[in-house]
Amino acid sequence: MTVSLGGSVKDPGSTVKTKTGSWRTFKPEIDNDKCIDCGNCWIFCVEPCISKEDGKYVVDYDYCKGCGVCAHECPVGAIEMVLEEK
Amino acid sequence: MPRGDVLHGSRAVAEAVKLCDVDVIAAYPITPQTHIVEDLAEFVANGELDAEYVLVESEHSAMSACIGASATGVRTFTATSSQGLALMHEMLFIASGMRLPIVMANANRALSAPINIWNDQQDSMSERDCGWIQLYCETNQETLDTTIQAYRISENKKVLLPSMVCLDGFVLTHTIEPLEIPDKDAVNRFLPEFEPAVYLDPDDPMTLGAFATPADYIKFRFEQEKAMRNAIEAIEKADREYKKETGRGYGLMEEYNTKDADIIIVSMGSVVGTIKEVIDQLKGEYNVGLLKIKAFRPLPKERIKEVLKNARVVSVVEKDVSIGLGEGGLFSEIKGILYNLDERPKVLGFIIGLGGRDITQPDIRDIIKLSKKAEKDVVDEVHWIGLR
Amino acid sequence: MMQETMQVVVDTPSYIKCRQVCKANVRANRCFKFKKNLEAVSGDELFAPGHSACAGCGATVAVRLALKAAGKNTIATNATGCLEVFSTKYPETAWRVPWIHAAFETSASVASGVEAALKKLGKDVNVIAFGGDGGTVDIGFQALSGAMERGHNMTYICYDNEAYMNTGVQRSGSTPYGSSTTTSPAGSVSIGNKRPKKDMPQIIAAHGVDYVATASIAFPLDYMKKVKKAVATNGPAYVHVLAACPTGWGSASERSIEICRLAVDSGMWVLYEIDHGDARITYLPTKKVPVIEYLKTQKRFRHLKAEDVQDIQDMIDERLKRYSNEI
Repeated sequence: MTVSLGGSVKDPGSTVKTKTGSWRTFKPEIDNDKCIDCGNCWIFCVEPCISKEDGKYVVDYDYCKGCGVCAHECPVGAIEMVLEEK
Repeated sequence: MPRGDVLHGSRAVAEAVKLCDVDVIAAYPITPQTHIVEDLAEFVANGELDAEYVLVESEHSAMSACIGASATGVRTFTATSSQGLALMHEMLFIASGMRLPIVMANANRALSAPINIWNDQQDSMSERDCGWIQLYCETNQETLDTTIQAYRISENKKVLLPSMVCLDGFVLTHTIEPLEIPDKDAVNRFLPEFEPAVYLDPDDPMTLGAFATPADYIKFRFEQEKAMRNAIEAIEKADREYKKETGRGYGLMEEYNTKDADIIIVSMGSVVGTIKEVIDQLKGEYNVGLLKIKAFRPLPKERIKEVLKNARVVSVVEKDVSIGLGEGGLFSEIKGILYNLDERPKVLGFIIGLGGRDITQPDIRDIIKLSKKAEKDVVDEVHWIGLR
Repeated sequence: MMQETMQVVVDTPSYIKCRQVCKANVRANRCFKFKKNLEAVSGDELFAPGHSACAGCGATVAVRLALKAAGKNTIATNATGCLEVFSTKYPETAWRVPWIHAAFETSASVASGVEAALKKLGKDVNVIAFGGDGGTVDIGFQALSGAMERGHNMTYICYDNEAYMNTGVQRSGSTPYGSSTTTSPAGSVSIGNKRPKKDMPQIIAAHGVDYVATASIAFPLDYMKKVKKAVATNGPAYVHVLAACPTGWGSASERSIEICRLAVDSGMWVLYEIDHGDARITYLPTKKVPVIEYLKTQKRFRHLKAEDVQDIQDMIDERLKRYSNEI
């Protein structure tokens, strides 16, 4: 394999090719009935892997490492960390 | 029209930088480089050179700022010497590893301790493995011409490596010589506008300076070596075209009386002027030639082998030493180049001129006499000149 | 000038109040102000997932939010450290803005060169230099001081996790008093790190830099507002943001934000800004939390005895008093 000039990477955001979701032990599950749409889970997500789709927050499990920040920061307990089934 | 002038070596470098329309200069003062950065500051202050001049707080930051500027897509320059070059050491590898065509003038000076501001070549010799092109100059004219050529060589798409133009501190930097400053149009024809190969731009976001695992690291090092091999051709090509514009050329190296010479002296930098002088004086008495190494990195090994292989004695005269090996770097390398020949000349090493100790014509004559003796007798391999 | 990607309409204290209400009372409508403010935050993710930061890494939050505030018309420089390693493993990169790393101590000096080149090219692009605490307050100190003093139009953001995390949690000049690290371990005759944290924001302020601020990743709107101000400053600006490191601090990954909030609520970390010489504390906790609540969340402090905790409490009370008078 040839390498790029001086190690330059011309593919911005290309870490998305690496699916870090495999690191996870616990996965966050969002209960949309309890969600008050405060945005805490989204703004504090360290990956980031939480986005808003059709008015609901969704987790991209391809990348979520299961740190639990979203569940911990949810003011209404709408996110539960459940053991990953593998 | 080219313009005749009588200039210090430092001024010659500054004139070259001006002619190359350098965009960003980042530099820190150190003896004997100071006049270079002062002259450039004057050019910028007078509007003669439209460059951003970053007055950094150290040589380490000078090279770092050059890396940042070059990576943003502009032509950059810095100058340093001795301790300053040593302080840059870490960044030299990064500049070449990132393949940034930065050009730097190094006013060769001894390294501490004891502190000494005078000329030898220990500073740049100690950076021989850092992946920079190293071009050594004999005269102020050659320094000016080499600085201009360095941009053309470094920016060659097959090269993209930084260049260090080495001029002997005080011997060249502070000595005036008559020279010719090339015409701006000629330089413009010779040196096209800088087109960066990779650069930081929000419209095309790129990551520069990523980290490489063992799976890739060695490949990047190999690419650097390939680029250095390409530089041999690039140097010759640049030199040919420069000669077309100005009538002056220097090649990778210069042969002086080497054809059928029994003894060939190998050396770099301003001292070769003295050596040529002595060779002329001894004509008829001793059959001596000189091989002046201009391109020390890349070192044109095959060409050197061709020139030296038929000599009886090769004597390397240099201003540096590898303590613990007890010989100079150039000597070790020349010996290595000749080693695999079936019949090879004897190779002697002469460590001379350290810390600005004068190199006199009698010194060179002694070296030649000893080399002559080595044709028949056993003599020591390495000699330190000036211990008494 | 900078790209307008976000409008912060409500001051930080309102947001904090809102959050406190929210924590105490789960009624959704009480959170409307925070929500409204978040809606104004850019949805663009300029820092991609798939990087190899530890779960719960605070540095990623610091970078992600800074890029949201600054927008995509930005060039980032980076010191060697966790952030550089986990975000740019060749041939991948997490960065969606142009980014450069050279060496450990060179984020500010490389940024100086980038800024000079942009000036020469006549391009108006934000320059943000990122560095961890080691790359900022220790090895990069001289380069940073030079860059700030020379007046380059750049923002330096120090993400402070209070030790050399990338190399295995060694003490830095930014490690707080009493913290146990691998090179300042607590032992039978040692409290751990014996010296207080170097006060870097104040040192930068002494350079006469136009905008200096401290921030915490637990206060995202406050932090982003400060980054926006820093980037909009026509000259050097400095933002020092506290960013938890679960690995180095010995804390639960889910508590990274909570801990950075406790740091502020206890007075261990003070949020302020100095805008063209005008200093102001941007948030004071209405009810100060005893520092023990902060310390007990992290293994690096668990060796501390009651009297050590009292010493730390006295130190931060004293500091807060001093800041309240000076700022």
